[in-house]
Amino acid sequence: MQNDVLKIGGQELASRLFLGTGKYGSNKIIPQVVEASGAQVVTVALRRVDPDQPEENIAAYVPRQCVLMPNTSGARNAKEAIRIARLAKAAGCGNWIKIEVIADNRYLLPDNYETIKATEVLAAEGFIVLPYMSPDLATAKRLADAGAAAIMPLGAPIGSNRGLKTKELIKILIEEIALPIIVDAGIGKPSEAAEAMEMGASAVLVNTAVAIANDPVAMARAFGLAVSAGRTAFLAGPGSVQEYASASSPLTGFLQD
Amino acid sequence: MRVQIKINGKTTDVPENHTLLDLITLENLNLSAIVVEHNRTIVPAPEWPAIVLQPDDAVEILTFVGGG
Repeated sequence: MQNDVLKIGGQELASRLFLGTGKYGSNKIIPQVVEASGAQVVTVALRRVDPDQPEENIAAYVPRQCVLMPNTSGARNAKEAIRIARLAKAAGCGNWIKIEVIADNRYLLPDNYETIKATEVLAAEGFIVLPYMSPDLATAKRLADAGAAAIMPLGAPIGSNRGLKTKELIKILIEEIALPIIVDAGIGKPSEAAEAMEMGASAVLVNTAVAIANDPVAMARAFGLAVSAGRTAFLAGPGSVQEYASASSPLTGFLQD
Repeated sequence: MRVQIKINGKTTDVPENHTLLDLITLENLNLSAIVVEHNRTIVPAPEWPAIVLQPDDAVEILTFVGGG
């Protein structure tokens, strides 16, 4: 387990939990949350400054050793995602980018076609591109060809806490795609994060489930443990599933009258 | 004379010969945490004093916020 690192964009990551920074009651809790989770990759968003309500710079709350991964949320097509990515890079956040192209306001499901287009352009510009996508094998292959550094299929709609609703499709991506598969969105409980890791996901990205917990710091710790447990179980190789019972104790030498 | 421009989508006016740096200083923003776009071109901080705002210019000033 010592050498079990996840390599993305030249970075070696010991933690397989990626953490979002949205929806916290107060940003001041973020350093503690990140520390408790063990996460080394942390997402942020880019927005217009409101001079009347100046917000604190969220990046200041993220521990320095973490990789900052801005997302392109708010983008409705590839062109807007590319614009946001370039701005984020200019803001001094490094070259990681989570591509998020959404034109559906009810389910916030990503537009896979526009996501592929944005990935092609940004990967060619030297970005480390992690596209958020609806789990689909053909799209994942195209994203890999376009130069994505990892693929981030959704488990359920963003912020829904519904768990791994797309499990079977994600499993196919894990089997067929050579890139790291990172389950992003929908994971509501540590057990679901463990489930994703047990089936071979390379990492999970969690935001809402931690941010809206009664105790985000404790929940962050729980997710860190669950991701680590799930990964260890995957590496250990789970036994096969059987229809009927198979006694664990010997069926001989019973004490009988 | 005032010069009408758009800042973050809102129409406003600034004095003549107002530079990008003047604008940003006036808004009292945390300079380390923002990125500025002038007419769709990203402008690095060292170039802010050289850009004099013209009528109908569009300026976007962005920063990082919490997100997933």
